Order: sequence, then structure tokens, then C-alpha cells
Amino acid sequence: MGWTPDLLRNGGAKRLLVVVQDRRVAPRFDLAMEVYLVQEGAEGGKTLILGQTSAEKLCHLIVGSDLAEVVCGGIEDEHYQYLTWKKVRVIDNVIGPLEWVLGRWREGRLQPGDIFDHCGGESVQGLSA
Amino acid sequence: MNHAGQGLVVHGLFKDPADFVHILDQMPSCVLVLDRDRRVVAVNSAFEALTGFSRKDACGVQCAEITRSSVCHYRCPALPQSDALQDKCRTGDIVSKDRRKIPVRINVSALIGPDGEHQGFLEVIEDLRVNLTWDWESVHIERFGHLVGHSPEIQKVFHMLPLISQSDSSVLITGETGTGKDLMAEAIHRASERARGQFVKINCGALPDALLESELFGHVKGAFTGATENRIGRIRQANNGTLFLAEVGDLNYSLQTKLLSFLDDKTVYPLGSSEGIRVNVRVVAATLRNLEQMVRKDTFRSDLFFRLNVIRINLPPLREREGDTVLLLQHFLRSFSQLFGKKIEGYSDETMRILLDFSYPGNVRELRNIVEYVSNVCQGNQVLPVHLPLYVREGNEPLPPETLPWGVPPVLPVNVSASDRSVEMTWRDMEKKMILKALAQARGKRARAAEILGWGRSTLWRKMKDYGLDS
Repeated sequence: MGWTPDLLRNGGAKRLLVVVQDRRVAPRFDLAMEVYLVQEGAEGGKTLILGQTSAEKLCHLIVGSDLAEVVCGGIEDEHYQYLTWKKVRVIDNVIGPLEWVLGRWREGRLQPGDIFDHCGGESVQGLSA
Repeated sequence: MNHAGQGLVVHGLFKDPADFVHILDQMPSCVLVLDRDRRVVAVNSAFEALTGFSRKDACGVQCAEITRSSVCHYRCPALPQSDALQDKCRTGDIVSKDRRKIPVRINVSALIGPDGEHQGFLEVIEDLRVNLTWDWESVHIERFGHLVGHSPEIQKVFHMLPLISQSDSSVLITGETGTGKDLMAEAIHRASERARGQFVKINCGALPDALLESELFGHVKGAFTGATENRIGRIRQANNGTLFLAEVGDLNYSLQTKLLSFLDDKTVYPLGSSEGIRVNVRVVAATLRNLEQMVRKDTFRSDLFFRLNVIRINLPPLREREGDTVLLLQHFLRSFSQLFGKKIEGYSDETMRILLDFSYPGNVRELRNIVEYVSNVCQGNQVLPVHLPLYVREGNEPLPPETLPWGVPPVLPVNVSASDRSVEMTWRDMEKKMILKALAQARGKRARAAEILGWGRSTLWRKMKDYGLDS
């Protein structure tokens, strides 16, 4: 994980990383093999496959890439505290499809603990709760 | 079973309909009822307490997304795989809503309707924190398996570890004394598919040849004088696990041949038996000797060397592990401070300078022993130079590496100088305090007090006399 995606180096716009698994928010931050990177105002994003599961390396990637926000399911307190200390907003305990999460984030409505099945899944095209 | 308002009602189990969720709530373990698609239908209050998710949060959500278990991540026990059907009880961990990693055992059973049709699953999650000593040490061990180090030299080795664990090939670990060969062998076992099997260690240099053969391969009753019963031997004990041959370089030539034959056909012939028993073990060997040189000198069989040397790990000595000395000093101080119930926060600048200047010929083991020593001696919250063993303060290497004794750090006899007097007093005070405490605990009974202290009665008597406690 020695790379830094170009997408995340450009401009001053807010950048988000979603820890994903099968196009849904991955249940575990420490076991994630895939992340989705997106920039505020930009169309689409970029999927990155991680070489190995490691919460430490993922934290390093997030901090090193100057990301503002992270969306994940379960995250250990140690990593949560580290990221918040590094001024990264961690939106954890989120359950739902990636598109729904991105939609809510763009609308500025995504909160920790949001669950698709209980939030109505209203903002996603082609998805229903 | 049907829904009644927000609850679930069971019919036919008792005379009157019963509230199913109320029944579940009486259970101490977490229980989830899942539908065929593994979505949560019901959970009990123990689940809410463990995971931090309410029933409202959980209902309708995929099981794996709400339990967030490592078991579900790697191999969902509810999936209709052949092995999953046989073994539905797994151990792993979950991450709760309040961000705690909790070790759990998960058991999944299929729920079959009266018509034989599969209706869903009943999942029980047991919290294993009550069974495990969930302290800092165990969390650390779980993640790193006792291995500590950030230097590029040791990180190279750590990075190899997952790959080595995934394979089933023989491993040869080399390195100076005290570099962690045993820990590395155990870490390989723990991280491998064989982790559920036994990790059996045998020190090839610690036993006489005849005994070692019997220890390794076992014997049948009557094989030799004193063989009064069958013994399976360490290799068979390690079946489906890992056999660790420590100090393999000390193995004699005839046993090398027998070990070679075993590695070839994976069949054990116990002493006195002509019947071979096939076993499935992975062999990890370690030595501080230079096996290549021994092969050249014809004291070690080259064919055995090539069979053991499939994967080679060479552990670097501490002097080559840049930056790890500080890390290890802090790591061991934290461990021992906790173990001895002390509140030692760190080393003074001068102590740290002395410790960093020391050469540690006995590597990590020696460093660990020095820290254990200072943790015993230090009574305050900071380790001072006066707490260090004299040979460390003076920067002397106590013994050459090969002859360094295992276990206790070699503390040379010292003439108590003015600066040492405070330590001497501390030791004496501490020992006196221990004796008084033990006597109070034993209500004045000296025999019992000696037992509590782990001393003989005469030792206690002598020390009491020495401290003027015998009057």
C-alpha cells in the first residue's frame, strides 16, 4: 500500500474513503480488502483493491492521502481514536449499499450509525429498502 | 410462530402461546434468529448488550453486517458448504458498536420446519472474554504472537510470516541465541491452518540420544528395559499440528538418518515395532549452529539439511535491529510492570543511555532478563542507573554469547559501593516486608509462611534471623 491515488492529491475539495465489500459498506475496517475513493463535486470515484488486510496500513493510507472523511462499519477504538486525532472524521457503524452511502454523503446527511434498511433507502436510484 | 405487535409469539410449545423474545431474553448468550437469506428476524437482550445494536437496528439487516464477526468474513458458518455443514462452531472476534474487539464463539444451527423445509438459522454467540485473560498482554499476543520489532531487518521477517504460515513446507530458523527462534516457530504454527492442532516442541540437545529417539518416535511395551507401556512419541503427538525441533544441529548422526527417513515417507516406526504409522506433521527446526559449515565438516547430513532448509528464516541479532532496542525495552518494562503490580513509567535519560550503549550479546532474551531484573529492583516510578545490574552499568559483556546461561541474567558478584547501598537496602527492605507479609498471612506459622514464600523452612529461619525477626 505504498501508493497515493492522484485523484486524492488534486484540489482542495473534501475527499472521502468508503471501506467496501461487494459494493456495500464493509462490516469491518480491519478486514477490508477494498476501498472506494471519491471527491466532493467529482463524478464517480475510484475503487482500490488492497494487498492485504491491515487496519494499521489502512490508517496510514488515509492519513497519508490527506482524506477528510472515512465511512466504515465496525472499527476498533484504537484506530478510530488515531484517525480522529489526525483530524479525519470517521463515520462508523454504517450499514448499506455504497451508492446509498455516497448519495447521503453528497447531501450532507450521512451520520454514524446510519442503516440503509432503517433509513428508507430513499436516495438511491434503483435501490429500495 | 407469528408476530404479535412488536413481539414474536410461539404456538404449540406450551399450553398457551408464549412470547418468544421473552424466552430468548432469559438466555445468557447472544441469540439471533435469522431467515433463509440470513437476515435478522429476532435478537435477545444479551445480543443488544454485547454488540451495542438495538433490536430495531438489527431486525432486517444481514447477519454478517450486524454481528461484524471475523468468522463471517472468512467463512460464513451458515453457508451450505460441505465443511461448513460439518463444523458450525467457530471462534473469532466481533467489533461492537462501541468499537471494542470481543473474542467470541459462534454456533449456527439450521431451523427446519415441520415439512422438512429449511426456514432459517439459529445463531448463538458466546462471549469468550470470561474464558480468556483479556489483558493487554493477550491482546498483544493475539496480534503479534509475542513478536515485537519495527526495524526493517525484523519487519522483513514479519512480512514473510503470513506466506510461510500458508504453506506446509519445512522451515529452518537460524539465528544467534536469544533472537526468538522458538517464538518464531510458535508464531508460524499459530498463524497456520494447523493452529488447531498441537505445537509440540522437543529440544534435540537436551536429551541423551537413546532417550531422544524414544521421545521422538515413541516405543512399544517391552522394546527396552523399563519400557513398561506403549508410548506414542512427540512426532505422533504433533499429528495434524507442528513439530518443532529446537537445536536440531545437536542431533547425532544416527538420529539424523532416522529423522530423514521420517521426513521422506511421513511414517513413524516406534522403537521395537516394525509397523509404521503415518502421521501428518509440519516440521519446523531451529538451530544457532552453522549447518552449512557442519555439512561441510560432515557432522550434519546434507540430505537432511536440504529437506529442512526448504524455507529459511534467519533472525537478525539485536545489534542489527536498528531502533528495536528502545521498543523492546519499553515493551518488556510495560509487561513486567503490569505483571509485578508496579507503576514504573519509564527509564531515566541516563538509564536509557546506558541501556542503549550495551551490546546485548544474549540478544532479546538478555534484554528481557535485564528489564525483568530492574522491574524487580525498582521501587519508584522511574528506572534509574542504580537499578541496573552492575555489568550493564559498567558496560561489560558477562559471557560470550554461546555460553551465556539461559534464564536469569548473569549478575556478577559485586562489592557494594556507596551507590549500590540504596539498592541493597531496597532489596533487604523488600525481602523483610515479604517475610512479614507471609507471616501475617500464615498467622505466625513459620512452616506455612515458608510455603507461601516458596522457601525451605531453614531458609526462612536464616533470613528471619538475619533481619532480626526471630525474637
